[in-house]
Amino acid sequence: MNVVQEAITWLNDPLNWTGPGGVFALTREHLLMTLAAVLLASVVAIPLGVWLGHSRLGRGAAAVIVAANTTRALPTLAIIIILATAGLFGDTATVIAAAVFAFPVLLSTTFTGVRGVDPAITDAARGMGMGAGRVIGRVELPLAVPYLAAGLRTTIVQVVATIPLAALAGGGGLGQIISLGFGTQRYGQVLAGGVIVAVLCLLVDGVLALAQRAVTPSSVRAESRAAARAV
Amino acid sequence: MPGNPWFSWDYVTANWDAIREALVIHASLTVEAVAIAIVVSLPLAALATRVRWLAAPVVGFASTLYTIPSLALFAILAPFMGIGRAPVLLGLVLYALVVLVRTAVAALQGVDPAVLDAARGLGYGRARRFWTVELPSALPGILTGVRLATVSTVALVTVGVVVGYGGLGNLLFRGFQSFYRAEIMTATVLCLLLALVLDVLLWLLGRALTPWLRGRAA
Repeated sequence: MNVVQEAITWLNDPLNWTGPGGVFALTREHLLMTLAAVLLASVVAIPLGVWLGHSRLGRGAAAVIVAANTTRALPTLAIIIILATAGLFGDTATVIAAAVFAFPVLLSTTFTGVRGVDPAITDAARGMGMGAGRVIGRVELPLAVPYLAAGLRTTIVQVVATIPLAALAGGGGLGQIISLGFGTQRYGQVLAGGVIVAVLCLLVDGVLALAQRAVTPSSVRAESRAAARAV
Repeated sequence: MPGNPWFSWDYVTANWDAIREALVIHASLTVEAVAIAIVVSLPLAALATRVRWLAAPVVGFASTLYTIPSLALFAILAPFMGIGRAPVLLGLVLYALVVLVRTAVAALQGVDPAVLDAARGLGYGRARRFWTVELPSALPGILTGVRLATVSTVALVTVGVVVGYGGLGNLLFRGFQSFYRAEIMTATVLCLLLALVLDVLLWLLGRALTPWLRGRAA
Protein backbone atom coordinates (compact mmCIF):
# COMPACT_ATOMS: atom_id res chain seq x y z
CA MET A 1 0.00 0.00 0.00
CA ASN A 2 2.89 2.25 -0.82
CA VAL A 3 0.75 4.44 -3.05
CA VAL A 4 -1.75 5.12 -0.28
CA GLN A 5 1.04 6.18 2.07
CA GLU A 6 2.46 8.45 -0.61
CA ALA A 7 -0.99 9.96 -1.14
CA ILE A 8 -1.43 10.55 2.59
CA THR A 9 2.01 12.13 2.78
CA TRP A 10 1.13 14.39 -0.14
CA LEU A 11 -2.16 15.39 1.46
CA ASN A 12 -0.41 16.10 4.77
CA ASP A 13 2.12 18.47 3.26
CA PRO A 14 0.85 22.01 3.93
CA LEU A 15 2.92 23.32 1.02
CA ASN A 16 0.65 21.39 -1.35
CA TRP A 17 -2.40 23.25 -0.02
CA THR A 18 -1.32 26.88 0.16
CA GLY A 19 0.46 29.13 -2.29
CA PRO A 20 -0.28 29.96 -5.91
CA GLY A 21 -0.31 26.33 -7.15
CA GLY A 22 -1.85 24.89 -3.99
CA VAL A 23 -5.10 23.02 -3.61
CA PHE A 24 -6.98 26.08 -2.34
CA ALA A 25 -5.92 28.29 -5.24
CA LEU A 26 -6.67 25.54 -7.75
CA THR A 27 -10.09 24.90 -6.21
CA ARG A 28 -10.93 28.60 -6.50
CA GLU A 29 -9.86 28.57 -10.13
CA HIS A 30 -11.80 25.37 -10.70
CA LEU A 31 -15.02 26.78 -9.27
CA LEU A 32 -14.66 30.07 -11.16
CA MET A 33 -14.27 28.18 -14.44
CA THR A 34 -17.33 26.08 -13.54
CA LEU A 35 -19.36 29.23 -12.89
CA ALA A 36 -18.29 30.78 -16.19
CA ALA A 37 -19.06 27.61 -18.17
CA VAL A 38 -22.47 27.10 -16.58
CA LEU A 39 -23.41 30.77 -17.09
CA LEU A 40 -22.30 30.60 -20.72
CA ALA A 41 -24.34 27.46 -21.35
CA SER A 42 -27.39 28.77 -19.44
CA VAL A 43 -27.56 32.00 -21.39
CA VAL A 44 -28.16 30.01 -24.57
CA ALA A 45 -29.74 26.76 -23.38
CA ILE A 46 -32.36 28.04 -20.93
CA PRO A 47 -34.05 30.62 -23.23
CA LEU A 48 -33.90 28.13 -26.13
CA GLY A 49 -35.35 25.35 -23.97
CA VAL A 50 -38.10 27.66 -22.66
CA TRP A 51 -38.97 28.79 -26.16
CA LEU A 52 -39.04 25.25 -27.58
CA GLY A 53 -41.12 24.02 -24.65
CA HIS A 54 -43.44 27.03 -24.75
CA SER A 55 -44.11 26.96 -28.49
CA ARG A 56 -44.83 23.22 -28.47
CA LEU A 57 -43.43 22.72 -31.93
CA GLY A 58 -43.70 18.97 -31.61
CA ARG A 59 -41.41 17.14 -33.98
CA GLY A 60 -39.10 20.07 -34.68
CA ALA A 61 -38.43 20.56 -30.99
CA ALA A 62 -37.89 16.84 -30.50
CA ALA A 63 -35.31 16.89 -33.29
CA VAL A 64 -33.40 19.72 -31.60
CA ILE A 65 -33.31 17.76 -28.35
CA VAL A 66 -32.14 14.59 -30.10
CA ALA A 67 -29.42 16.55 -31.89
CA ALA A 68 -28.33 18.13 -28.63
CA ASN A 69 -28.21 14.73 -26.96
CA THR A 70 -26.04 13.30 -29.72
CA THR A 71 -23.38 15.85 -28.80
CA ARG A 72 -22.96 13.86 -25.58
CA ALA A 73 -21.00 11.40 -27.70
CA LEU A 74 -18.54 14.17 -28.54
CA PRO A 75 -15.69 13.59 -26.10
CA THR A 76 -14.95 16.68 -24.04
CA LEU A 77 -11.29 15.76 -24.33
CA ALA A 78 -11.65 16.09 -28.12
CA ILE A 79 -13.22 19.56 -27.84
CA ILE A 80 -10.48 20.72 -25.49
CA ILE A 81 -7.74 19.35 -27.74
CA ILE A 82 -9.31 20.76 -30.90
CA LEU A 83 -9.59 24.21 -29.30
CA ALA A 84 -6.01 23.97 -28.06
CA THR A 85 -4.71 22.98 -31.48
CA ALA A 86 -6.71 25.77 -33.07
CA GLY A 87 -4.65 28.15 -30.93
CA LEU A 88 -7.01 28.59 -27.99
CA PHE A 89 -5.15 27.34 -24.94
CA GLY A 90 -5.86 27.48 -21.26
CA ASP A 91 -8.86 28.52 -19.23
CA THR A 92 -10.93 30.07 -22.03
CA ALA A 93 -10.80 26.84 -24.01
CA THR A 94 -11.71 24.87 -20.90
CA VAL A 95 -14.72 27.08 -20.21
CA ILE A 96 -15.95 26.78 -23.81
CA ALA A 97 -15.52 23.00 -23.84
CA ALA A 98 -17.33 22.63 -20.51
CA ALA A 99 -20.12 24.91 -21.75
CA VAL A 100 -20.55 22.76 -24.87
CA PHE A 101 -20.75 19.77 -22.57
CA ALA A 102 -23.31 21.44 -20.27
CA PHE A 103 -25.53 22.69 -23.08
CA PRO A 104 -27.52 19.52 -23.97
CA VAL A 105 -28.25 18.66 -20.33
CA LEU A 106 -29.60 22.14 -19.59
CA LEU A 107 -31.53 22.32 -22.85
CA SER A 108 -33.32 19.02 -22.41
CA THR A 109 -34.21 19.56 -18.74
CA THR A 110 -35.52 23.08 -19.40
CA PHE A 111 -37.49 21.84 -22.38
CA THR A 112 -38.94 18.89 -20.46
CA GLY A 113 -39.88 21.13 -17.54
CA VAL A 114 -41.66 23.81 -19.56
CA ARG A 115 -43.26 21.30 -21.87
CA GLY A 116 -44.50 19.25 -18.92
CA VAL A 117 -46.69 22.11 -17.69
CA ASP A 118 -50.34 21.11 -17.98
CA PRO A 119 -51.72 22.76 -21.16
CA ALA A 120 -54.98 23.42 -19.27
CA ILE A 121 -53.04 25.74 -16.93
CA THR A 122 -51.43 27.74 -19.73
CA ASP A 123 -54.80 27.87 -21.49
CA ALA A 124 -56.36 29.28 -18.36
CA ALA A 125 -53.58 31.85 -18.08
CA ARG A 126 -54.12 32.89 -21.67
CA GLY A 127 -57.87 33.02 -21.05
CA MET A 128 -57.22 35.46 -18.21
CA GLY A 129 -55.58 37.74 -20.74
CA MET A 130 -51.92 37.00 -20.13
CA GLY A 131 -49.54 37.56 -23.04
CA ALA A 132 -46.86 35.12 -24.05
CA GLY A 133 -44.24 36.85 -21.89
CA ARG A 134 -46.38 36.69 -18.76
CA VAL A 135 -47.44 33.10 -19.42
CA ILE A 136 -43.78 32.15 -19.56
CA GLY A 137 -42.64 34.32 -16.65
CA ARG A 138 -45.54 33.89 -14.24
CA VAL A 139 -46.85 30.40 -15.05
CA GLU A 140 -44.55 28.12 -17.02
CA LEU A 141 -41.21 29.02 -15.43
CA PRO A 142 -42.38 28.76 -11.80
CA LEU A 143 -43.97 25.39 -12.54
CA ALA A 144 -40.81 24.21 -14.29
CA VAL A 145 -38.59 25.14 -11.32
CA PRO A 146 -38.18 21.54 -10.08
CA TYR A 147 -36.85 20.46 -13.48
CA LEU A 148 -34.71 23.56 -13.87
CA ALA A 149 -33.20 23.14 -10.42
CA ALA A 150 -32.54 19.44 -10.95
CA GLY A 151 -31.06 20.15 -14.38
CA LEU A 152 -28.81 22.92 -13.07
CA ARG A 153 -27.61 20.73 -10.22
CA THR A 154 -26.76 17.85 -12.56
CA THR A 155 -25.08 20.23 -14.99
CA ILE A 156 -22.96 22.01 -12.39
CA VAL A 157 -21.76 18.76 -10.83
CA GLN A 158 -20.90 17.33 -14.24
CA VAL A 159 -19.01 20.48 -15.21
CA VAL A 160 -17.00 20.37 -11.97
CA ALA A 161 -16.24 16.75 -12.86
CA THR A 162 -15.30 17.53 -16.48
CA ILE A 163 -12.97 20.49 -15.99
CA PRO A 164 -10.11 18.31 -14.67
CA LEU A 165 -9.77 16.91 -18.20
CA ALA A 166 -8.57 20.30 -19.35
CA ALA A 167 -5.37 19.79 -17.40
CA LEU A 168 -4.39 17.11 -19.91
CA ALA A 169 -4.17 19.86 -22.53
CA GLY A 170 -2.51 22.41 -20.30
CA GLY A 171 -5.59 23.97 -18.70
CA GLY A 172 -5.95 25.01 -15.07
CA GLY A 173 -7.97 23.76 -12.16
CA LEU A 174 -7.58 20.78 -9.86
CA GLY A 175 -6.87 18.39 -12.74
CA GLN A 176 -3.34 19.80 -12.75
CA ILE A 177 -2.51 17.79 -9.66
CA ILE A 178 -3.54 14.55 -11.39
CA SER A 179 -1.98 15.27 -14.75
CA LEU A 180 1.27 16.42 -13.13
CA GLY A 181 1.29 13.21 -11.09
CA PHE A 182 0.79 11.04 -14.16
CA GLY A 183 3.47 13.01 -16.01
CA THR A 184 6.04 12.50 -13.27
CA GLN A 185 4.80 8.98 -12.41
CA ARG A 186 4.08 9.97 -8.83
CA TYR A 187 1.01 7.85 -8.34
CA GLY A 188 0.57 8.92 -4.74
CA GLN A 189 -0.03 12.44 -6.00
CA VAL A 190 -2.38 11.06 -8.70
CA LEU A 191 -4.39 9.29 -6.03
CA ALA A 192 -4.44 12.37 -3.78
CA GLY A 193 -5.61 14.53 -6.69
CA GLY A 194 -8.30 12.02 -7.62
CA VAL A 195 -9.60 11.98 -4.06
CA ILE A 196 -9.61 15.79 -3.84
CA VAL A 197 -11.56 16.17 -7.08
CA ALA A 198 -14.02 13.45 -6.05
CA VAL A 199 -14.58 15.08 -2.66
CA LEU A 200 -15.10 18.50 -4.27
CA CYS A 201 -17.75 17.01 -6.59
CA LEU A 202 -19.56 15.35 -3.71
CA LEU A 203 -19.45 18.57 -1.66
CA VAL A 204 -20.79 20.66 -4.55
CA ASP A 205 -23.53 18.10 -5.13
CA GLY A 206 -24.47 18.17 -1.45
CA VAL A 207 -24.62 21.98 -1.30
CA LEU A 208 -26.68 22.10 -4.49
CA ALA A 209 -29.06 19.46 -3.14
CA LEU A 210 -29.81 21.83 -0.25
CA ALA A 211 -30.16 24.80 -2.62
CA GLN A 212 -32.48 22.78 -4.83
CA ARG A 213 -34.68 22.03 -1.82
CA ALA A 214 -34.68 25.68 -0.82
CA VAL A 215 -35.81 27.07 -4.20
CA THR A 216 -38.48 24.45 -4.80
CA PRO A 217 -41.86 25.45 -3.38
CA SER A 218 -43.11 22.80 -0.97
CA SER A 219 -46.24 22.28 -3.06
CA VAL A 220 -44.21 21.01 -6.01
CA ARG A 221 -41.55 19.26 -3.96
CA ALA A 222 -43.10 15.84 -4.42
CA GLU A 223 -42.98 16.34 -8.17
CA SER A 224 -39.43 17.60 -7.89
CA ARG A 225 -38.37 14.24 -6.56
CA ALA A 226 -39.77 12.58 -9.66
CA ALA A 227 -38.06 15.20 -11.80
CA ALA A 228 -34.71 14.65 -10.13
CA ARG A 229 -35.04 10.96 -10.77
CA ALA A 230 -35.91 11.50 -14.42
CA VAL A 231 -32.91 13.73 -15.11
CA MET B 1 3.38 26.08 -40.74
CA PRO B 2 2.44 25.19 -44.30
CA GLY B 3 -0.35 22.68 -44.68
CA ASN B 4 -1.73 21.42 -41.42
CA PRO B 5 -5.30 20.79 -42.53
CA TRP B 6 -8.04 19.59 -40.18
CA PHE B 7 -9.25 17.05 -42.69
CA SER B 8 -6.83 14.97 -44.69
CA TRP B 9 -7.70 11.80 -46.56
CA ASP B 10 -4.00 11.16 -47.10
CA TYR B 11 -3.55 10.87 -43.36
CA VAL B 12 -6.35 8.31 -43.16
CA THR B 13 -5.02 6.11 -45.95
CA ALA B 14 -1.40 6.36 -44.82
CA ASN B 15 -2.20 5.52 -41.20
CA TRP B 16 -5.12 3.21 -41.68
CA ASP B 17 -3.56 0.36 -39.68
CA ALA B 18 -3.03 2.52 -36.60
CA ILE B 19 -6.47 4.05 -36.95
CA ARG B 20 -8.12 0.67 -37.32
CA GLU B 21 -6.30 -0.67 -34.29
CA ALA B 22 -7.44 2.28 -32.17
CA LEU B 23 -10.98 1.96 -33.48
CA VAL B 24 -11.11 -1.77 -32.68
CA ILE B 25 -9.82 -1.14 -29.15
CA HIS B 26 -12.34 1.66 -28.71
CA ALA B 27 -15.30 -0.36 -29.98
CA SER B 28 -14.40 -3.54 -28.08
CA LEU B 29 -13.88 -1.63 -24.80
CA THR B 30 -17.26 0.06 -25.22
CA VAL B 31 -19.16 -3.11 -26.07
CA GLU B 32 -17.47 -5.15 -23.36
CA ALA B 33 -18.03 -2.50 -20.68
CA VAL B 34 -21.72 -2.03 -21.54
CA ALA B 35 -22.28 -5.81 -21.77
CA ILE B 36 -20.75 -6.42 -18.33
CA ALA B 37 -22.70 -3.49 -16.92
CA ILE B 38 -25.99 -4.87 -18.29
CA VAL B 39 -25.33 -8.29 -16.77
CA VAL B 40 -24.54 -6.75 -13.38
CA SER B 41 -27.18 -4.00 -13.36
CA LEU B 42 -30.30 -6.02 -14.18
CA PRO B 43 -30.20 -8.27 -11.09
CA LEU B 44 -29.34 -5.22 -8.96
CA ALA B 45 -32.25 -3.24 -10.37
CA ALA B 46 -34.62 -6.20 -10.04
CA LEU B 47 -33.54 -6.65 -6.43
CA ALA B 48 -33.94 -2.93 -5.74
CA THR B 49 -37.52 -2.92 -7.05
CA ARG B 50 -38.43 -6.08 -5.10
CA VAL B 51 -36.97 -5.11 -1.75
CA ARG B 52 -38.41 -1.62 -1.35
CA TRP B 53 -35.96 -0.25 1.19
CA LEU B 54 -33.02 -1.20 -1.04
CA ALA B 55 -34.08 1.09 -3.89
CA ALA B 56 -33.07 4.39 -2.26
CA PRO B 57 -29.57 3.27 -1.15
CA VAL B 58 -28.83 1.52 -4.47
CA VAL B 59 -29.85 4.56 -6.54
CA GLY B 60 -28.16 6.89 -4.06
CA PHE B 61 -24.91 4.96 -4.23
CA ALA B 62 -25.06 4.92 -8.03
CA SER B 63 -25.62 8.69 -8.13
CA THR B 64 -22.72 9.28 -5.75
CA LEU B 65 -20.44 7.16 -7.90
CA TYR B 66 -21.54 9.10 -10.97
CA THR B 67 -20.45 12.41 -9.46
CA ILE B 68 -16.86 11.16 -9.25
CA PRO B 69 -15.04 12.51 -12.32
CA SER B 70 -13.67 10.00 -14.81
CA LEU B 71 -10.16 11.43 -14.60
CA ALA B 72 -10.29 11.10 -10.81
CA LEU B 73 -11.63 7.55 -11.01
CA PHE B 74 -8.88 6.46 -13.40
CA ALA B 75 -6.42 8.29 -11.14
CA ILE B 76 -7.70 6.34 -8.15
CA LEU B 77 -7.76 2.98 -9.97
CA ALA B 78 -4.45 3.24 -11.85
CA PRO B 79 -2.11 3.09 -8.84
CA PHE B 80 -3.75 -0.17 -7.74
CA MET B 81 -4.40 -1.86 -11.06
CA GLY B 82 -1.46 -0.60 -13.05
CA ILE B 83 -1.50 0.95 -16.49
CA GLY B 84 -3.46 -0.51 -19.38
CA ARG B 85 -6.75 -2.15 -20.20
CA ALA B 86 -7.90 -3.29 -16.75
CA PRO B 87 -8.40 0.08 -14.99
CA VAL B 88 -10.05 1.58 -18.08
CA LEU B 89 -12.47 -1.32 -18.42
CA LEU B 90 -13.34 -1.28 -14.72
CA GLY B 91 -13.90 2.50 -14.81
CA LEU B 92 -16.12 2.25 -17.88
CA VAL B 93 -18.13 -0.61 -16.35
CA LEU B 94 -18.71 1.42 -13.18
CA TYR B 95 -20.02 4.48 -15.08
CA ALA B 96 -22.18 2.41 -17.43
CA LEU B 97 -23.47 0.50 -14.40
CA VAL B 98 -24.52 3.72 -12.71
CA VAL B 99 -26.51 4.89 -15.74
CA LEU B 100 -28.07 1.46 -16.25
CA VAL B 101 -29.04 0.87 -12.61
CA ARG B 102 -30.77 4.25 -12.38
CA THR B 103 -32.73 3.85 -15.61
CA ALA B 104 -33.53 0.17 -15.00
CA VAL B 105 -34.86 0.89 -11.50
CA ALA B 106 -37.00 3.71 -12.89
CA ALA B 107 -38.22 1.49 -15.73
CA LEU B 108 -39.09 -1.44 -13.46
CA GLN B 109 -40.80 0.82 -10.93
CA GLY B 110 -42.78 2.34 -13.78
CA VAL B 111 -44.41 -0.95 -14.73
CA ASP B 112 -48.17 -0.65 -14.21
CA PRO B 113 -49.02 -2.51 -10.96
CA ALA B 114 -52.38 -3.49 -12.47
CA VAL B 115 -50.55 -5.46 -15.18
CA LEU B 116 -48.51 -7.28 -12.53
CA ASP B 117 -51.68 -7.96 -10.55
CA ALA B 118 -53.32 -9.37 -13.63
CA ALA B 119 -50.36 -11.68 -14.20
CA ARG B 120 -50.56 -12.81 -10.58
CA GLY B 121 -54.29 -13.40 -11.02
CA LEU B 122 -53.55 -15.58 -14.01
CA GLY B 123 -51.46 -17.78 -11.76
CA TYR B 124 -47.99 -16.64 -12.86
CA GLY B 125 -45.22 -17.48 -10.41
CA ARG B 126 -42.62 -14.91 -9.37
CA ALA B 127 -39.97 -15.93 -11.89
CA ARG B 128 -42.37 -16.31 -14.79
CA ARG B 129 -44.00 -12.98 -14.01
CA PHE B 130 -40.61 -11.28 -14.00
CA TRP B 131 -39.37 -12.76 -17.27
CA THR B 132 -42.60 -12.66 -19.29
CA VAL B 133 -44.41 -9.60 -17.94
CA GLU B 134 -42.29 -7.25 -15.85
CA LEU B 135 -39.09 -7.30 -17.90
CA PRO B 136 -40.77 -6.88 -21.31
CA SER B 137 -42.90 -4.02 -19.94
CA ALA B 138 -39.80 -2.26 -18.65
CA LEU B 139 -37.77 -3.03 -21.77
CA PRO B 140 -38.23 0.32 -23.56
CA GLY B 141 -36.97 2.20 -20.50
CA ILE B 142 -34.09 -0.23 -20.03
CA LEU B 143 -33.10 0.09 -23.68
CA THR B 144 -33.10 3.89 -23.41
CA GLY B 145 -30.65 3.47 -20.55
CA VAL B 146 -28.49 1.09 -22.59
CA ARG B 147 -28.35 3.58 -25.45
CA LEU B 148 -27.44 6.43 -23.12
CA ALA B 149 -24.79 4.30 -21.42
CA THR B 150 -23.31 3.22 -24.76
CA VAL B 151 -23.07 6.73 -26.17
CA SER B 152 -21.49 8.14 -23.04
CA THR B 153 -19.10 5.19 -22.80
CA VAL B 154 -17.84 5.90 -26.32
CA ALA B 155 -16.99 9.43 -25.22
CA LEU B 156 -15.52 8.26 -21.93
CA VAL B 157 -13.09 5.73 -23.43
CA THR B 158 -10.96 8.63 -24.68
CA VAL B 159 -10.13 9.60 -21.09
CA GLY B 160 -8.43 6.21 -20.78
CA VAL B 161 -5.48 7.87 -22.50
CA VAL B 162 -4.23 8.95 -19.05
CA VAL B 163 -3.44 5.32 -18.32
CA GLY B 164 -2.19 4.77 -21.86
CA TYR B 165 -5.24 2.89 -23.09
CA GLY B 166 -7.82 5.22 -24.61
CA GLY B 167 -8.51 3.76 -28.05
CA LEU B 168 -9.17 6.77 -30.28
CA GLY B 169 -8.19 8.93 -27.30
CA ASN B 170 -4.60 7.82 -27.86
CA LEU B 171 -4.76 9.21 -31.41
CA LEU B 172 -6.32 12.43 -30.07
CA PHE B 173 -3.57 12.90 -27.56
CA ARG B 174 -0.75 11.96 -29.90
CA GLY B 175 -2.16 14.43 -32.41
CA PHE B 176 -2.24 17.07 -29.70
CA GLN B 177 1.37 16.47 -28.72
CA SER B 178 2.60 16.65 -32.31
CA PHE B 179 0.13 19.38 -33.33
CA TYR B 180 -1.23 17.15 -36.08
CA ARG B 181 -4.71 18.46 -36.83
CA ALA B 182 -5.77 15.71 -39.23
CA GLU B 183 -5.08 13.07 -36.59
CA ILE B 184 -7.15 14.92 -33.96
CA MET B 185 -10.07 15.55 -36.29
CA THR B 186 -10.09 11.99 -37.64
CA ALA B 187 -10.19 10.55 -34.12
CA THR B 188 -12.99 12.93 -33.10
CA VAL B 189 -15.11 12.18 -36.15
CA LEU B 190 -14.59 8.44 -35.68
CA CYS B 191 -15.74 8.74 -32.05
CA LEU B 192 -18.95 10.41 -33.18
CA LEU B 193 -19.47 7.88 -35.97
CA LEU B 194 -18.89 4.96 -33.63
CA ALA B 195 -21.42 6.37 -31.17
CA LEU B 196 -23.91 6.96 -33.96
CA VAL B 197 -23.50 3.45 -35.42
CA LEU B 198 -23.85 1.77 -32.02
CA ASP B 199 -26.86 3.96 -31.20
CA VAL B 200 -28.61 3.05 -34.45
CA LEU B 201 -27.84 -0.64 -33.93
CA LEU B 202 -29.32 -0.51 -30.44
CA TRP B 203 -32.36 1.36 -31.74
CA LEU B 204 -32.89 -1.39 -34.34
CA LEU B 205 -32.41 -4.04 -31.66
CA GLY B 206 -34.96 -2.24 -29.51
CA ARG B 207 -37.47 -2.21 -32.36
CA ALA B 208 -36.89 -5.91 -32.98
CA LEU B 209 -37.31 -6.74 -29.28
CA THR B 210 -40.47 -4.67 -28.75
CA PRO B 211 -42.67 -5.46 -31.76
CA TRP B 212 -45.80 -4.49 -29.82
CA LEU B 213 -44.73 -0.82 -29.69
CA ARG B 214 -44.24 -0.46 -33.42
CA GLY B 215 -47.78 0.56 -34.30
CA ARG B 216 -47.76 3.44 -31.81
CA ALA B 217 -46.64 6.95 -32.59
CA ALA B 218 -42.87 6.97 -32.17
